[in-house]
Amino acid sequence: MTETNTNSRIGEELLSVNNIDLSFGGVKALTDISFNINKGEIRSIIGPNGAGKSSMLNVINGFYQPQVGHVRFKGKDYTPMRPALAAKSGIARTFQNIALFKGMSTLDNIMTGRYLKMHSSFIEQALYIGRAKREELEHREKVEEIIDFLEIEAIRKTPVGRLPYGLQKRVELARALAMEPELLLLDEPMAGMNLEEKEDMSRYIIDVNEQFGTTIALIEHDMGVVMDLSDRVVVLDYGRKLADGSPDEVSSNQDVIDAYLGVSH
Amino acid sequence: MFYREAGDFKTSYAADQSILSIKLDRYFVIGLIAFGVIVVPMIGNDYWLGSLLIPVLVLSIAALGLNILTGYAGQLSLGTGAFMATGAYMAYKVATNLAFLGAPVAIIIGGLSAAFAGVLFGLPSLRIKGFYLAVTTLAAQFFLLWLFTHVDWFVNYSISGVPSIPPMEFFGVLISGAEATTEARYLFVLGFAIILGLAARNLARCKMGRGWMAIRDMDIAAEIIGIDPLKAKLSAFAISSFYCGVAGALWAFCFINTVEPGAYDINRSFQILFMVIIGGLGSILGSFLGAAFIVLLPIFLNNAPQWIGLNLTSDVISHMEIMIFGALIVFFLIVEPHGLARLWQIAKEKLRRWPFPY
Repeated sequence: MTETNTNSRIGEELLSVNNIDLSFGGVKALTDISFNINKGEIRSIIGPNGAGKSSMLNVINGFYQPQVGHVRFKGKDYTPMRPALAAKSGIARTFQNIALFKGMSTLDNIMTGRYLKMHSSFIEQALYIGRAKREELEHREKVEEIIDFLEIEAIRKTPVGRLPYGLQKRVELARALAMEPELLLLDEPMAGMNLEEKEDMSRYIIDVNEQFGTTIALIEHDMGVVMDLSDRVVVLDYGRKLADGSPDEVSSNQDVIDAYLGVSH
Repeated sequence: MFYREAGDFKTSYAADQSILSIKLDRYFVIGLIAFGVIVVPMIGNDYWLGSLLIPVLVLSIAALGLNILTGYAGQLSLGTGAFMATGAYMAYKVATNLAFLGAPVAIIIGGLSAAFAGVLFGLPSLRIKGFYLAVTTLAAQFFLLWLFTHVDWFVNYSISGVPSIPPMEFFGVLISGAEATTEARYLFVLGFAIILGLAARNLARCKMGRGWMAIRDMDIAAEIIGIDPLKAKLSAFAISSFYCGVAGALWAFCFINTVEPGAYDINRSFQILFMVIIGGLGSILGSFLGAAFIVLLPIFLNNAPQWIGLNLTSDVISHMEIMIFGALIVFFLIVEPHGLARLWQIAKEKLRRWPFPY
């Protein structure tokens, strides 16, 4: 990707977190974290285990309420952000340990992602008439586009509990995409995958970003993936921000190298 | 084979999303309903209709209700009997004091009252889960029944405390009271069962049903998607209790002809719970299969020794009935913990490639 191309893809600030402090009892999970995510970019959050990466995502979509600081999304301050608000305003996410609805089929899982876009009344649903029927069909069409996009046509009617791990990850991505989010949070989308699955998933992430213009924030441990995909990277360690910048800047930062490789004291 | 789905292609999403997307399934269910409406009342006698089919259908409706709550929304409830009682007593009040409204309206008002009670006792579900929630619904069971036994207003100050249901007509045909024919009562109950069964199936496949299942399977992820746990859980409690209330009212109006607390005690709650577990959690078909299994099997066991020429004393038979019944429940749960509905599904899958083993 050329430099000019990158610049035209990325717009102004979409989300920022400002001076976030989060602690659980005496344990400080995050200390004075600030960074922003621009429209259209792929932003990575990296750091050693226990650095507070997942906590950061949980703060962004309102699972954790920070003691200090606020989240600003699309020019609006949220103190605190709530999961329902996040969903409504256009933030979707996937989980590190897959959080699919195990008893439902792939199709139903993805259809659930359209929940907020359906408005039929109880009576219409009970009788399957009017808006209920129309919405089911309209959204089915949209969901089929996503199914095509992620190449999961063959498992449409399979209960997700029966699917292998890699496919479950893909269905979870599909469900998040069905929400048509502006900001997509991916918590370790490639954890536990083999090389081919990782390549597939990387391809999907790039495609989502380019075709739908979705802004993506991802946590990932595979440095190769992070350095290749990301526009900018923020590095956390022990709940503090170590570095923030382009992949090149970050990978040459001495603090980051120390945190990852260890340093003699 | 008589049952084929090969070559049954769909060319639109509408066809793919219809309730019975396989052609033969559709014909079979329509045929079954036609059989139930037209043929059964002609060939059935009072015993078959009045003592077997009516209770099976009424309890199926209650099982549907509990299945919505426990099977779809994942909220364990032991208060089914109480919600049925609420429906029965309120329908009785309407039938006696506002008789001009007619039986269906009385029964539906009974259902709505039960829905209200359900929402009230469902409120703790927002904070507590699983067994603990079951205990709070147990409180509903004891409190509501206590209310109906001790507050005379509910039974119109009747001295016995067990008042009879007044005779009521539906399109000029008596459907309650001692004079109502078994056929009329059966058809009235069947109508409710078909409509409520269809409505439950529709709700389960639409937005609301997906919301329930999402809360059941992974409440955190459901919240992230924008499903409000409060709305999803309380709507499940309301609709579930509505079904139970209607079933309770039908039980009183079309089966036992009285309203009495004994018909809705804790045993009833457990009976319905067993139906749902044996029939299949999260399955509409399972609710009907479970009700039929639990009601009909003891009767079958009771009669079977005579049919094969065994002369046993009645107390031996009744003891054996309980033992065999219990053993069968354990057997079914070991063979297929997902119930009869799942067993039926597996049978279909096996038959599809029969006689090949793969």
